[in-house]
Amino acid sequence: MQWDIVIGLEIHVQLATRTKIFSGSSTAYGAEPNTQANAVDLAMPGTLPVPNENAFRYAVMFGLAVNAEIGRRSMFERKNYFYPDLPKGYQTTQLEQPIVGPGYVDVDLANRETKRVRIHHAHLEEDAGKSLHEDYHGMSGIDLNRAGTPLIEVVTEPDMNSAEEAVAFARKLHSIVTSLGICDGDMSQGSMRFDVNISLKPKGSDELGTRTETKNLNSFRFMEQAIAHEVERQMDILEDGGRIIQETRLYNGDRDESRSMRTKEEANDYRYFPCPDLLPVVIDDDFIEDARSRLPELPDARKARFKEQYGLNDYDAGLLSGDAKLAAFFEEAAAHGKDAKLAANWIQGEFSARLKAEEKSVAESPITGAQLGDLVVRIADNTVSSAGAKKVFEALWTGENDNVDAIIDAKGLKQVSDTGALEAMVDEVLAGMPDQVAQYQNEEDPKKRKKMLGGFMGPLMKASKGQGNPKLFNEILVKKLGG
Amino acid sequence: MHNKSVAELSRELESGKISSVELTQQFLDRLKQEDGKYNSFITITEERALADAKTADEMRAAGKATAWTGVPFAHKDIFCTNGVRTTCGSKMLENFVPPYDATVTERFRQAGAVCLGKTNMDEFAMGSSNESSHFGAVTNPWGLASGEKRVPGGSSGGSAAAVAARLVPAATATDTGGSIRQPAALCGVTGLKPTYGRVSRYGMIAFASSLDQGGTMARTAEDNALMLNVMAGFDPKDSTSIDREVPDYTATLNEPLKGLKIGLPKEYFTDQLSPAMEEQVRNAVKEYEKLGATVKEVSLPNAKLAIAAYYVIAPAEASANLSRFDGVRYGYRCEDPKDLMDMYTRTRAEGFGTEVKRRILVGTYALSHGYYDAYYLKAQKVRRLIQQDFANAFKEVDVLMSPTSPSPAFIQGEKTNDPVTMYLEDIFTIAINLAGLPAMSVPAGFVDGLPVGLQIIGDYFAEARLLNAAHQFQQVTDWHQREPK
Amino acid sequence: MSISREDIEKVAVLARIKVDDEQVSALEKDLGNILDLVDQLSAADTDSVEPMAHPLDAVQRLRPDEVTETNQREAFQAIAPATEDGLYLVPKVIE
Repeated sequence: MQWDIVIGLEIHVQLATRTKIFSGSSTAYGAEPNTQANAVDLAMPGTLPVPNENAFRYAVMFGLAVNAEIGRRSMFERKNYFYPDLPKGYQTTQLEQPIVGPGYVDVDLANRETKRVRIHHAHLEEDAGKSLHEDYHGMSGIDLNRAGTPLIEVVTEPDMNSAEEAVAFARKLHSIVTSLGICDGDMSQGSMRFDVNISLKPKGSDELGTRTETKNLNSFRFMEQAIAHEVERQMDILEDGGRIIQETRLYNGDRDESRSMRTKEEANDYRYFPCPDLLPVVIDDDFIEDARSRLPELPDARKARFKEQYGLNDYDAGLLSGDAKLAAFFEEAAAHGKDAKLAANWIQGEFSARLKAEEKSVAESPITGAQLGDLVVRIADNTVSSAGAKKVFEALWTGENDNVDAIIDAKGLKQVSDTGALEAMVDEVLAGMPDQVAQYQNEEDPKKRKKMLGGFMGPLMKASKGQGNPKLFNEILVKKLGG
Repeated sequence: MHNKSVAELSRELESGKISSVELTQQFLDRLKQEDGKYNSFITITEERALADAKTADEMRAAGKATAWTGVPFAHKDIFCTNGVRTTCGSKMLENFVPPYDATVTERFRQAGAVCLGKTNMDEFAMGSSNESSHFGAVTNPWGLASGEKRVPGGSSGGSAAAVAARLVPAATATDTGGSIRQPAALCGVTGLKPTYGRVSRYGMIAFASSLDQGGTMARTAEDNALMLNVMAGFDPKDSTSIDREVPDYTATLNEPLKGLKIGLPKEYFTDQLSPAMEEQVRNAVKEYEKLGATVKEVSLPNAKLAIAAYYVIAPAEASANLSRFDGVRYGYRCEDPKDLMDMYTRTRAEGFGTEVKRRILVGTYALSHGYYDAYYLKAQKVRRLIQQDFANAFKEVDVLMSPTSPSPAFIQGEKTNDPVTMYLEDIFTIAINLAGLPAMSVPAGFVDGLPVGLQIIGDYFAEARLLNAAHQFQQVTDWHQREPK
Repeated sequence: MSISREDIEKVAVLARIKVDDEQVSALEKDLGNILDLVDQLSAADTDSVEPMAHPLDAVQRLRPDEVTETNQREAFQAIAPATEDGLYLVPKVIE
């Protein structure tokens, strides 16, 4: 049987505010346990919440960026459940009147089609703390530093039909929130977490199947794997004539396994009701216009500009415009390097490979866009060969020196491009290799001749102490050897 | 000294006839000696009080005294006091010493007032008789002479009994459904529940957030005004606190009442009220007529639904507010929990008393799936109807008057086995909390030797007018000066 | 309206309050009486009435995003039932 896959996402986006959503405690990542959990965050008796203005500002910026209606009057509800990382015994969240209403995001797919994914709504809420499962004499440890960190939960319509579409959407959302500067986008620290709702239906059917929710996926790769895994699991059940149970599942990316999170105690009954400690939040035109004025260039607009301004192709422009920090790095390199395409190649090649190898983000790169731009200038004007450029890159990366020209000088990487000097070297080398010259000249096959040409390069580079411009050597060789 | 009002004590201190340290020591001695009869205090903070008194004397010497500097008083044990145990009348918080102050306690501290300790209360402010306290019932000073142990009302029964017994001239209190006014009435003292949002709720342990309001209790209206001068005002730490100018509540106490329009809600003068009680209330209203007020009957047609709406909304909010008492970060935790579920369920079963658990369960039920619309939403709509009734009444009159409670103080144990009968104690007070209006209870006579309270209800932020009306009444009556034997 | 034993047991689990059989019987009576009292609400005509969550028709103030709190872990954990290495300890959390 043929199946249609139906996917909807819920994405928790941690907002990059300085303080928590309802208290003046810092949200900085990585502090000692419970040093950023204060009276309100700890739900000390009698303490009360006061909402953070920036949380609303960021949520409104998000709403504007996804073409959404802004909730002019939004409310907070209490979602009641007991868990040790939830100090109040309820999560303060929005249910009936969220801050962001329906909107949409257009996503570019690999097949060059554009997919529109509708946003159902996005609401503000507080994050929970963390349970640490290391063993403390058979007990768990609770760190409440994260408790009260502002989140927006973005809920999509079930508009995606493959893992690829879901991941492309997720990446696009990541690029929107990082471009807006409302989220640091660091998935390894849980700044963005994805819940995936998946169901299958017979191909062409209008009726949605029973869905499952796979929770807390914190990388695009795991998300892709988890979807593939869940689709296969559901397909197996349905094709065996079974039925899908609506449930929450937990995916283990390391083992490519999932299991149900159902607890035997009770079906959840969250007993939502309006939070009596908070009043309706009214967003007026001024607030919205202020948020709009803070919107930076968004990925779609940036991609178009990269194509136009730098002459990049669609693929390169898409890759470089998605992440705000990478885009900024590229623009700095392009501005310094004068040759935008060459800068783009280096960023997608050497630079990205190196970041990946060292698991670093663009922000953590030891080299700046300007430095890479300076290097691009020296590649373009033939001062260094590409092999030499890699050595310069290495020196910049390790911090050996921060000046491109100084590195070139110190390491003697400057290419000799004086044609007269190079010709003399070629003459000398060819004179010492008469057999090879004859062999070359007797060869008819141009492919083989080209290959044989390489045989002269080694001695030539040696003769020039590695400083001869290989491109020029090549040209002179071809000329001297008679084509 | 113990018979003097806050205003009088303030003058004594100002004149230099007595120091705060001397005054505080006198009150502490009397408190320690007398409170065995009433159990009106949970914690007495002798050392701290004497240290604060010393500081107050220094403030006064430095010319930095306020009306409150050096004056002894007490806090209901629902207000968090930095470094002083705050129990909320519960085993759950038996050993809870908050490292922070409620805004109300901070304000009294800044005014230089000397807190003698924390007064007893119904557990988590849930009760109308002060019998649900983990620290034992409070006994009303009235009726003791005839050998009867009567309730002081609740939940602020400790504050009311302590003021009535002259252990302190004033005490803070809170009112969610009548918890200031009903005990004030039953103990023959004067109490004020301000407009919702007038006094910060920060650090005041929550029962039902949309109904709770901190307020005042003392023997005279003037002292209530002095207290409110300290307590009222905007607090950025409380989202429901109102940013609105605070008048000097003592400045208008002597305004004449000529032309004051009084409304008597006919729904509050029914057969639920004994003829003897009604007579006292009607006599009090006659005093107002003598002072130049006019009286007319008004109607609050939905007032009869107030108890029903309240017993959905208050328990629902409480069920969530009390979820934080889970044994994880502070307060009671059961012995040797075998797993997480066991820790939660035993901690809460052992840490909370019967009435608190009852209300948490009712609230949980009212919010649970399938009942939300029928109970919670319906109650919120009825709440709107009740508010509209008051709004209509205030188009015609300046204040409303009624009895505070349906009967005077009853014998301890009389109603503990029947929660619903106990709930009906608040039949005249509860609608005011639903609407968020200010109201007072003023001593207005006696029935069988027990005090009767007159409730005066005002429009939003009309505290000054209520205090003025109460003060003028106290200039021509002496009910508030009567002392229990 | 009456409330069943099953309802009481379910609600007690939701509220995380342990109740024994005897307590359930007492609660059945008391909660039933309270719900009877509350059932007066059904008589009210509220068809066109907006629910009222707050007494005052005020709107929420928003707080500037400035850090106002400092680390007070020691003070807060001094009153905690069980802590170690700065963490609150609870019986094992199983996901």
